Amino acid sequence: MRFAPTTEQLDLRDVVRALWEDRCPPAVIRAAATDPADPSILALYRDFAELGAAGLLIDERAGGLGLDENYLVPVLIEVGRAGVPLPITETIAVAAGIAGAVGLDADLAAGNLRVACDLQVSVPAARAHSADVLLAGGWGGRGEITVLYLAGAQLEAVEAMDPAADLCRIQGAAVLHRVADPVLVEQAWNRGVLGAAAELVGLSRRMLDLTVAYVAERRQFGVPIGSFQAVKHQLASALIAVEFAAPTVARAGAALAAGDEDAGIHACTAKALASDAARQVARAAIQCHGAIAYTTEYDLHLFAKRAWFLAAAWGSAAWHRDRIAGALGLPSSGRGPTQ
Amino acid sequence: MDVTDTEAERGFRAEARAWLTANVPTDPLPSGDTAEGFRAHLDWERRLFDAGWAVVSWPAAYGGRDASLWEWLIFEEEYYRAGAPQRVTQNGIFLLAPTLFEFGTREQQDTLLPRMAAGQDLWCQGWSEPGAGSDLAAIGSRAVRDEAAGGWRLTGQKTWTTRGAFCTHLFGLFRTDPAAGRHRGLTYFLLDLDSPGVTVRGFDRFDGDEGFAEVFLTDVFVPDSGVLGGVNEGWSVAMATTGSERGLTLRSPGRFLSAADRLVALGREHGGRLTDVVRDRIAGEWMKAQAYQNFTLAQVTDIVEKRSPGARSSLNKVFWSELDISLHETALELLGPAGQWEGPWSRGFQFSLAGPIYAGTNEIQRNIIAERVLGLPRR
Repeated sequence: MRFAPTTEQLDLRDVVRALWEDRCPPAVIRAAATDPADPSILALYRDFAELGAAGLLIDERAGGLGLDENYLVPVLIEVGRAGVPLPITETIAVAAGIAGAVGLDADLAAGNLRVACDLQVSVPAARAHSADVLLAGGWGGRGEITVLYLAGAQLEAVEAMDPAADLCRIQGAAVLHRVADPVLVEQAWNRGVLGAAAELVGLSRRMLDLTVAYVAERRQFGVPIGSFQAVKHQLASALIAVEFAAPTVARAGAALAAGDEDAGIHACTAKALASDAARQVARAAIQCHGAIAYTTEYDLHLFAKRAWFLAAAWGSAAWHRDRIAGALGLPSSGRGPTQ
Repeated sequence: MDVTDTEAERGFRAEARAWLTANVPTDPLPSGDTAEGFRAHLDWERRLFDAGWAVVSWPAAYGGRDASLWEWLIFEEEYYRAGAPQRVTQNGIFLLAPTLFEFGTREQQDTLLPRMAAGQDLWCQGWSEPGAGSDLAAIGSRAVRDEAAGGWRLTGQKTWTTRGAFCTHLFGLFRTDPAAGRHRGLTYFLLDLDSPGVTVRGFDRFDGDEGFAEVFLTDVFVPDSGVLGGVNEGWSVAMATTGSERGLTLRSPGRFLSAADRLVALGREHGGRLTDVVRDRIAGEWMKAQAYQNFTLAQVTDIVEKRSPGARSSLNKVFWSELDISLHETALELLGPAGQWEGPWSRGFQFSLAGPIYAGTNEIQRNIIAERVLGLPRR
């Protein structure tokens, strides 16, 4: 047994973290909220692809790195930490297997394609302005996935709580392929669930870091507010939630990489815990900051809103608990959540 | 990431499972926190010892199997999976022994560890006092030097001592230098509860069992061989035990994995009264038990690779103690009025309530997490 990332995985993580620290400060998230297809945002993806990360899960014969989910998780934690306003989980995780089946894998690995997802079909898709291809269908790892080409499609923006969500209703996209292979559809779903969970861990850590730094500086009653137990205990509880979600996300990555039979169960557990942890961290972070958190000038809201968005995407915590309950053989009224 | 058993670990697991399957009592033992139940548990402890399962991670010379930390985890998983009895010897084996291994003299180790493993000496923890609970450094019980006799004379009172009325020995902190700072003048002592001057009075815990005791000491002689670690070094010696107590060794994941599985089975068994809300909660509790397992796998890897968990052991303590309560609350919610009847869930619920209090309250743990893990200012 050894349950820790390898040196190689940590090195990859460090390179990706350094890239975002350099190229994706909060100003970039704000820019994406104004114009999600801004050339500077798309340039960010080229930098990421130059690391080879676009083809992380793609076979080496197609120009990818041929790595597995054990590498994916630390990379996507960094994507979350930076709040990168690009559809990275969709592109490098969800689409990797599908792209191989439809001959798009070399383009994807080269960084020439970005992918958005509309899993439930005709529900607004996130980050469509910065995507070239749309994957529609496959919710819950079932059914078939349609691959559509976004050039020439009509994108109608839908306002969302997260200003950088770039939600769009899409019409008139041309169908390129249909993928019905149940193994690929399930894999795409599980990787999306895993990716969202990993991003949520990164977002949680970013919000905690911001808050810890703030409460150590901010003084009231003549002392830093971080010296008060009421503040300490909220942040300690928030940290506990993250620290128990994170290894569960790593475990789900390991299970998917190993092709374990119960990998889907691990992915459900990871997403449920990471979603609940991120929500708890967001609440504690906002409360412990006080009024400054309730402004848009301060950066915290960018990460909190992204966290809520991802907590609700790819199956909410309640959705995944419902799925686990079913897998555990617990009878249900049959009125479980559908999304 | 490799979460599969090696071939040797698979063999170890199979051997443990086979022995437990053949030997775990089919009828649950009476509570180990009563005089009668304690005796029944001791019989079980001695069977464990005779078969070499009492202290698997200890050296063979002291009755163990030299098992790795991974094998210890496997044993614990199998132990709880088999529904084996609670370990009434745990305060010695899991709290004192790690301290003896770290700070004890060779003579102390050779004398005390084999008797502890065999269930001959039964150890209780003498830390809390009426005036020193969370504020442990407020300990007022004294130890005065008796140069002529080559030892110390102990006077004071310990309380909330778990199973103190059934144990034979006590390890505890006593003040040897009242002039020194609060944390500096304490010494860690090991003593026989049969010593002249010791009075033990058992009293009932929350669940009605006589699981607690007060220990009164009047001029009790303890020879120098009963000092563990240096004189006036008691605080740092004791803190080494708290790491074990809060973290891994007191509550291995196997315990909660098995409790979560029992909760799921309860939900299936009572499917007719399972609302979607309780169903959702059961799934949530099951997931938290998996999270505790995953956290532990990462923590054991850190320990094996010499990255000390340090203050992070407080994360475990808060998590498992609050998980234990919410697991039992969920079971009681499902059972409704029947959950109030005497039974394993109502018993377990009452027991779980102590978790956030003992081994350092969760308020103290959250202070430690905030200050030493997150780095927030102390004042």
